[in-house]
Amino acid sequence: MILPRTRFPAGIAIALVLLLVLVAWSFTVGRFAVATGDVIRVLWASLFGEESGLARNVDAIVLQVRAPRVAAALCVGAALAAAGAAYQNLFRNPLVSPDILGVSAGCALGAGLAVLASLPIEAIQAFAFVGGLIAVGLVVAIGTWIGGRDPILTLVLTGVVVGSLFGAGIALVKYVADPYNQLPAITFWLLGSFTGALPRDLPATLLPIALSVAALWLLRWRIDVLALSEDEAVSLGIDAKRLRIAIIVAATLSTASAVSLAGTIGWIGLLVPHAARMLTGAAFARLLPLSIVLGAGFMLAVDTACRTMFATEIPPGVVTAFVGTPVFIVLLAVAFRRSQ
Amino acid sequence: MTLAARALDFGFRGHRVGSGVELELPAGEIVCLLGPNGSGKTTLMRTMLGLIAPLAGDVTLDGRSLAAWPGRERAARLAYVPQAAQSYFDFSVLEMVQMGRTAHRGVFGAPGERDRAVAMASLERLRIAALADRPIHRVSGGECQLALIARALATEAGHLVMDEPTANLDFGNQALILDEVARLRSAGTAVLFSTHHPDHALRIADRVVMLRGGKVLASGHAIETINPENLSALYGRPIDVTEIISPDGVRRRTCVAREVPQIH
Repeated sequence: MILPRTRFPAGIAIALVLLLVLVAWSFTVGRFAVATGDVIRVLWASLFGEESGLARNVDAIVLQVRAPRVAAALCVGAALAAAGAAYQNLFRNPLVSPDILGVSAGCALGAGLAVLASLPIEAIQAFAFVGGLIAVGLVVAIGTWIGGRDPILTLVLTGVVVGSLFGAGIALVKYVADPYNQLPAITFWLLGSFTGALPRDLPATLLPIALSVAALWLLRWRIDVLALSEDEAVSLGIDAKRLRIAIIVAATLSTASAVSLAGTIGWIGLLVPHAARMLTGAAFARLLPLSIVLGAGFMLAVDTACRTMFATEIPPGVVTAFVGTPVFIVLLAVAFRRSQ
Repeated sequence: MTLAARALDFGFRGHRVGSGVELELPAGEIVCLLGPNGSGKTTLMRTMLGLIAPLAGDVTLDGRSLAAWPGRERAARLAYVPQAAQSYFDFSVLEMVQMGRTAHRGVFGAPGERDRAVAMASLERLRIAALADRPIHRVSGGECQLALIARALATEAGHLVMDEPTANLDFGNQALILDEVARLRSAGTAVLFSTHHPDHALRIADRVVMLRGGKVLASGHAIETINPENLSALYGRPIDVTEIISPDGVRRRTCVAREVPQIH
């Protein structure tokens, strides 16, 4: 623990300041560079309903192009990291993530089906959400039905199986999709993107994310106890079954909202909580806020890199995988060697 | 204040592990559960904790069936001390012990001043207050076991159930844990613990229950019940109980497995 209980307030304050710097930087870079001072003036003016006095195109770029995108990246990163932190404590497994429960695959299949049926964007979002809930519902139901001595392992393996089943469904959808219109849209969804983040879509996604994060925060002390063995949690007076369902619903809602906004972006939900736990320990009262700040920052950094590194944008899912894989291998080596 | 099993048949998912068990744990007593591998000790303990439902008969706490106790009220009276063998997430020792206060708070309740004070007092009782801020996976096996006992004390439960608290510990730490458990009794806490070492029962237990094949082979006063006949029947090998006199003149009993000549 680099940030134990006593040093945590200072640590989270530093992380927040760094996040603000990152946000400011992300606003300034891009095809059309905007000075930091101008960004602050435009944002300040719009906040108080005044005129910024700058050129129209500067106003438009800051408020209509970059602001929704920055906000979307922050929210998606925070949502995925919060969900990942909850899943990892819930399953006492530092290697699980929203992907493990098949949530991401379920959301992707739902979105793919909606694209296949040429439904509007709102329907695509709803389908993604329902797909995610069906996936996690299936995993929990099958896991409970199988039972066994190690319900945690059973559930994780069931998640892998259900995830691959939904993966087959996605492959089928891609196979039958119209290769000129639908296939690019589905592929786009599977790799994730923030280009489609529109200001009018944001509130609808923000509300469920805020609700689920609030629920996780309220339950933070119980989530700690759930990270012990089942027998310990129950004998300490916890209604483990109901609490587990409440946390799964909250974390899944958070994941599905993120996916419906920006597609399936892997690795954040696995990597960020893992790193946060190394920094501050597993106590959820510290793990959740740190995961949210780190997740938001990581996602924003990745998306900013995606839209500025090359002449054409690259999907953030590709970058998170390229960054995530080697970093995760290092984290894994550190964690495993330390425990020996 | 008594934890009792009456005509208890136990097992899980309809699979009967043991039957007809009578066991009583009154306040301020230490009862030791002895039995070979697979005799059903752990399943019996989980049933005594209310973690699995009895197949027949009943487990009662203060005369009331365990299943009838609301979860949080039961948790404030009956605590579980697991083996220190498992790996925990990265909690500090104090955070771990504070989780013992869960039953004293509401679903959304944060630990308050009193919770912190009780947790610290529990650590002090077991003389590991200096470890409070240490990560739980960075302390020794014996210290981790002490922390788990401290967590059970923090629940303020009168009855503690310990599943092989000396397993996986070195010789010195085994003695340390046994001494600390014996100290709990003098404060009025009742302890039910299981072990593979009859010597541990001789050292601290008031009474023993010997379990073989899910049935009680013998039970009663520790010194009387731990005799060569019972032990040999329990473990299926000839075992002697001898008396030794330590250099400071204290008489102690100890169990020794007799060497059986190999038949070629």
